[in-house]
Amino acid sequence: MTAVTVPRAVAATGSARRRRRPSGRVMLNVAVIAIMVVWLLPTFGLLVNSVRPAQAVASSGWWNALLPPYSFTIENYQQVLSRGGISQAFVNSLLITIPSTIIPIAVAAFAAYAFSWMKFRGRDVLFVVIVGLLVIPLQTTFVPLLNLLGPKGIHLLGAGPGAFVAVWLAHTGYGLPFAIYLLRNYMGGLPREVFESASIDGAGHATAFFRLALPMSVPAIAALVIFQFLFVWNDLLVALMFIGAANAPNLPLTMAVASLATSLGGDWQLLMAAAFISMALPLIVFFALQRYFVRGITGGAVKG
Amino acid sequence: MDPRLVTALIVVVGVPATVIGYVFVVEQILRLVPSRLQASVRPWLWLLPALLFLFVFLVYPTLNTVILSFEDKFSKAFVGLNNYNYFFTSPDTLVSLRNNIIWLVVLTFLAVGGGLIIAILVDRVRYESVAKSVVFVPLAISFVGASIIWRFVYDYQPPGHAQTGLLNAGITALGFQPITWIQDAPLNTIALIVVAVWTWTGFCMVILSAALKGISAELLEAARVDGANEVQVFRKITFPLLLPTVAVVATTMIITALKAFDIVYVMTSGNYDTNVIANQMYKELFTNSQPGRASAIAVILLLLIIPVMVINIRRFREQEAIR
Amino acid sequence: MEERTFRWRRTAGFLAAIALATAACSSPGGSTAPAASTGGGGASAPAASGGAAGSGSLGGTVSVIGTWTGAEQDSFLAMVAPWEAQTGAKVQYTGTRDINAVLSTGVQSGLLPDLAGLPGPGQMAEYYKGGALKALDDVLDVTTYKSETSPGLVALGTLDSKITGIFIKADIKGLFWFNKDVYKGGDPTTYDDLLAKGKETAGTIGGDAKTFCVGLESGAATGWPATDWIEGFVLHQSGPDVYDKWTAGQQKWSTPEIKQAFEAFGNVIANSFGGSKNVLATNFVASGDHLFSSPPGCVFVNHATFITDAFKKTGGAKDGQFDFFPFPDINTSFAGAVEGSGDLFGMFNDTPQAKSLIAYLSTAQAQSIWVGRGGALSANKSVTNYPSEILKKAAGDLAAAKIFRFDASDNMPQAMNDAFFKGIVTYTKDPSTLDTVLTNLDAAQTAAYGG
Repeated sequence: MTAVTVPRAVAATGSARRRRRPSGRVMLNVAVIAIMVVWLLPTFGLLVNSVRPAQAVASSGWWNALLPPYSFTIENYQQVLSRGGISQAFVNSLLITIPSTIIPIAVAAFAAYAFSWMKFRGRDVLFVVIVGLLVIPLQTTFVPLLNLLGPKGIHLLGAGPGAFVAVWLAHTGYGLPFAIYLLRNYMGGLPREVFESASIDGAGHATAFFRLALPMSVPAIAALVIFQFLFVWNDLLVALMFIGAANAPNLPLTMAVASLATSLGGDWQLLMAAAFISMALPLIVFFALQRYFVRGITGGAVKG
Repeated sequence: MDPRLVTALIVVVGVPATVIGYVFVVEQILRLVPSRLQASVRPWLWLLPALLFLFVFLVYPTLNTVILSFEDKFSKAFVGLNNYNYFFTSPDTLVSLRNNIIWLVVLTFLAVGGGLIIAILVDRVRYESVAKSVVFVPLAISFVGASIIWRFVYDYQPPGHAQTGLLNAGITALGFQPITWIQDAPLNTIALIVVAVWTWTGFCMVILSAALKGISAELLEAARVDGANEVQVFRKITFPLLLPTVAVVATTMIITALKAFDIVYVMTSGNYDTNVIANQMYKELFTNSQPGRASAIAVILLLLIIPVMVINIRRFREQEAIR
Repeated sequence: MEERTFRWRRTAGFLAAIALATAACSSPGGSTAPAASTGGGGASAPAASGGAAGSGSLGGTVSVIGTWTGAEQDSFLAMVAPWEAQTGAKVQYTGTRDINAVLSTGVQSGLLPDLAGLPGPGQMAEYYKGGALKALDDVLDVTTYKSETSPGLVALGTLDSKITGIFIKADIKGLFWFNKDVYKGGDPTTYDDLLAKGKETAGTIGGDAKTFCVGLESGAATGWPATDWIEGFVLHQSGPDVYDKWTAGQQKWSTPEIKQAFEAFGNVIANSFGGSKNVLATNFVASGDHLFSSPPGCVFVNHATFITDAFKKTGGAKDGQFDFFPFPDINTSFAGAVEGSGDLFGMFNDTPQAKSLIAYLSTAQAQSIWVGRGGALSANKSVTNYPSEILKKAAGDLAAAKIFRFDASDNMPQAMNDAFFKGIVTYTKDPSTLDTVLTNLDAAQTAAYGG
C-alpha cells in the first residue's frame, strides 16, 4: 500500500533561509541547540551511568565520570547481552510489532477516507465516539477479552504458530482510534479541489483513495507507523495478557528486560544497559521514516 | 524455519493485500446495488473492518465495564450507584481529581506548545533530522528506563553530602539546600508532569511537523514575496492551517493526562498527594480485587472526556463548512 | 499500464485472502493442540501419575510463573534443571512483577500457568476457594514434607486441612546488620541496649552519623521495608498473640499495642541518617550503603539476608566486613521470637508434569540447589549446604526460633497490605499524623477483611 513514489524534498525553504538576517540565524541556532541539550541531558546521564561501576553510580553523580580519573566498564552491557533468551525475545518483539503496526494502519486508512470524503448519516457522532474510545483504560478490557479469546471462548490464545494472533488483533483494536483520528484529520485537510477534479475525470472512490488520498497522506502515515511501532515495541502488559505469562518462549523483549533485575530490586543497573539496547530499533525506525516528513508531497502528488 | 515467522510473513503481506482486495470487492459489490443507494451503503462497507475491530476490542469490553460498575466486588449482586458513591466519598479522590486537572492543563499546554515551537524552529535549521531525533528519543525509552533516568535527575542526598541527582547538584552548587523533589507537594506533581512533558513533546512535535510539511511551500513563498515577515507568515498562514492538527494533538494530550498512570505508579505510587485516578483504578482492579469500583472509575473517565469530544464535533463541522 | 496494475493487485488480493484463510485455520489449530497451557502432547505417559520426582520419562512442558527475576530466576532454573534432565520435560518459566494482574485476570479467564508463585497466603485462600488452585495432598510425599518443614510454614500452606501451597525458600526478617570496622559492641542484650550502643557509636563517628540507616523508596511498593520494622516491634513488644490477631484483622490498628509499634518506628526515623526526608528518598537497596561510606552515616541497618548483595555491589563492602545480630528482645516474655517470610508456590493445572515438578520442588534435593547458589534460606530443614557463614548463621537462627511468625503484611489481604505501605509513608513524612493514619488503617481493615 505504500508502493507510491514519494517526490524528493523540494528545497523550497532554501531561499527563505538565505534571506534571513544573520543575527536571527544565530538566535535560532542557539535556541535549537539549547533545546537539544535540555532534552538529551537526562538520557545522556543514564548513558554515562550505564558504563560506570555500580558503586560509583550509587555514591556520586554521573557528571563526575566525565572528569579524570576515568573508570568505565561495559560489564552491564555484556551481562545483558549474554543472558539467555535475549535474542529470542528480540525476534519475538519483531514478530509481534511488525504485524501489529501494519494491520491497524491499513484498516484505519479506509475508515479515515470514508470519514473524510464520504457523506453519511451519523458520521460525526460515530467519529467522535471512536475518538472517545481512546480514553478507555486498557486494563478494564482484559478480563472480557480474555474470556472471549481464551479457553472459555474461541481458543485463540496459546503456543504454536498462532501464538501471536491474539496480540496482533488486540494491538490493532487498541491502536485504531488514534490511527483513525490522526489520518482522518490529515486526509480531511487535503484540498477539496483535487478530489473534485478527480471525480470529474471519472475516478471512483477506490482510485481516489489509492491514487490521491494515500500518497498525499504519507507524512501522517509515517508518523503513525512510528508511534504504533513504539507503542507495541515498548508494551509489556498487553503482551503478558494476550500471549499469556505462561507462554514464556513467545514473550517479547520488554519481558526479558523486566526480568533482568531481581524482584527485590538488586542488579537494577542492568536495566540501564537494557534501556539503551531496547531503544535502538525504534530510533532506527524513526530515522528511516524521517525522509517521509518532507515538504512538497502535496504539490508533487497533485502534479503527478 | 520458525513457524511463527511464516505466520508473521503471511500476515505482513496478506493483511494489507486483503484490505486492498476488500475495497475492490466492495466496489464490485456496489455495482450490483442500485446507484441511488450506492452513496449510502458505500461508507459503511469501507468502515466495516475498523468497526468490527473497535467493537470487539473496545466497545464490547466497555459495555461489560459499565455493567460491572453497578455490581459488587464479586461481580454478582447489583449494588446500584454504590461504586460511584465510593469514588466520590473516598478521601483520595478529590486529590486525584485535582491532580488530573493539573496534569491536564500543564501537560497539554507544555507538550503541545513545546512541540509546536520545536517543530517550527527545527524546520529552519539544516540539522533538522538530528534535532528532531533528539527530542524524539524519550518516546523510544520504555517507562522503566525513563524512571531510572529521572531518578538521576531528582535524586536526593542529605545536605553536606555529595548530591547524586542533577537538579540537587545544581542548586547546592548555587548555595541552596537540596530539595526532595518527589516528596514535597505540590512541587512533586509538577516534577512528575515534567517527565511526561519530556516524553510527549516529541510525540506532538512529530505530528505537528508532519502537518507543517503538508503546508504548500508555494503558499508560504508567495506570502514572503508579497512582503510578509516571518511572524506574519506564521500568524496569518501557518498557524491557521496547523490549527486542526494542534487540536488533534491537544485532544490526545488531554486524554493522555486523564489516563496518566505509568509515571505516577513507578515514581511515587500515588503517595505524597500525587495520586491520579488511573492509578486508583489500577489499585482497585489488581490490588484490592474490586472490579466494580475500578469499572466505576473507568466509566467516570469516559464521562470526563465528553466535553472534549463535543468540542471536537464542533470543530469538524466547522472544518467541513470551510473546506 | 493502469489496467495491468489493477489486475495484478486483484490477483494479489485474492492470493492474500487465501493465505490469510489458511493462517486463520492453522492458528486455532496450534492452540487447541496440547499447547494451550500444558503442552502435554507426549505427556499422556501414565507412569507419572504418582507424582514423585524421577518417575521416568514424561516429556512435555510445565508453565511456571513467579516473581523471581534476575539472579533469582537463574537460581530457580538451576533448581529445576536436574528434574528436566530426569523427566525429559521442559519448564517454561516467566518471572514477572505483574503477577497480581496476571493471576487475577487468569483466574477469571481460565488462562493460568500450571504452577505459580503466589503473592501470599491471602491470595492462596482466594484462588483455592474459587476452585482455581488444586490441593497437593495426593501429589506430595506428605509425611516427608511435614517432617522436613517447620510446622509454621506447613500451617500457612494449609487450607481446610488440605495442603494448597508449599514453600520453595524462606528468609529471616529483622536482622540488624553492621560494619565490623565501625561497630564493635557485640550483640545487644535488649532493644534499649541496641539504641544506647548505637547512639554511642554514632557519637564517636561524629558528623551527621546516626544510629540507623533506613530506605523506604521502592517504586510502587514504597514503604514496605518499614513493615518489617513495625512487625518486629509488635512481635517483640506485645507478643505472638497480638501479632496473630493483628495479622488476621482482629486487632484494630488504633489499639495501644499497634500504636506503640508505630511510635517505636517513629523513634527509629528520628535517629536515622538524613532524617525522614532522606529515609523516604532512599531506595531500600541502597539503604545500607552508608554503613560503609567514609565517614559512615550510620551504625545499623535492619533487613533480611538479601541486603548483603547490595552491601557488596553498591556499598563497596567486602565479604567478612559485615555481620548481623537478630532482633533483640524488648519484652523478655517473648524472648527468641523470630519473624520470617517465604515464597509460596501452588498448582493451577494438575497435569502429570506439574504434579511431578511441584513434588520435586518440595524436596531437600531441589532446595539445596538454590541454597548452594546463595541468596536464600531453605524452607526445608534437612538442607544445610549454605555457602557462607552469614547464611549458615541466619539459617541457624531461623531453625532455633522459639517463637516463629510469618511476615504479617505478606499474610494480610492485598488491600490491607497496600494501605499499610501508604500509612507508613504518611507517618514517616509527618509523625504528627499518627492518629489519622491509624484511623484510616482501621477503615481499610474493615473493608479488606469484610469481603
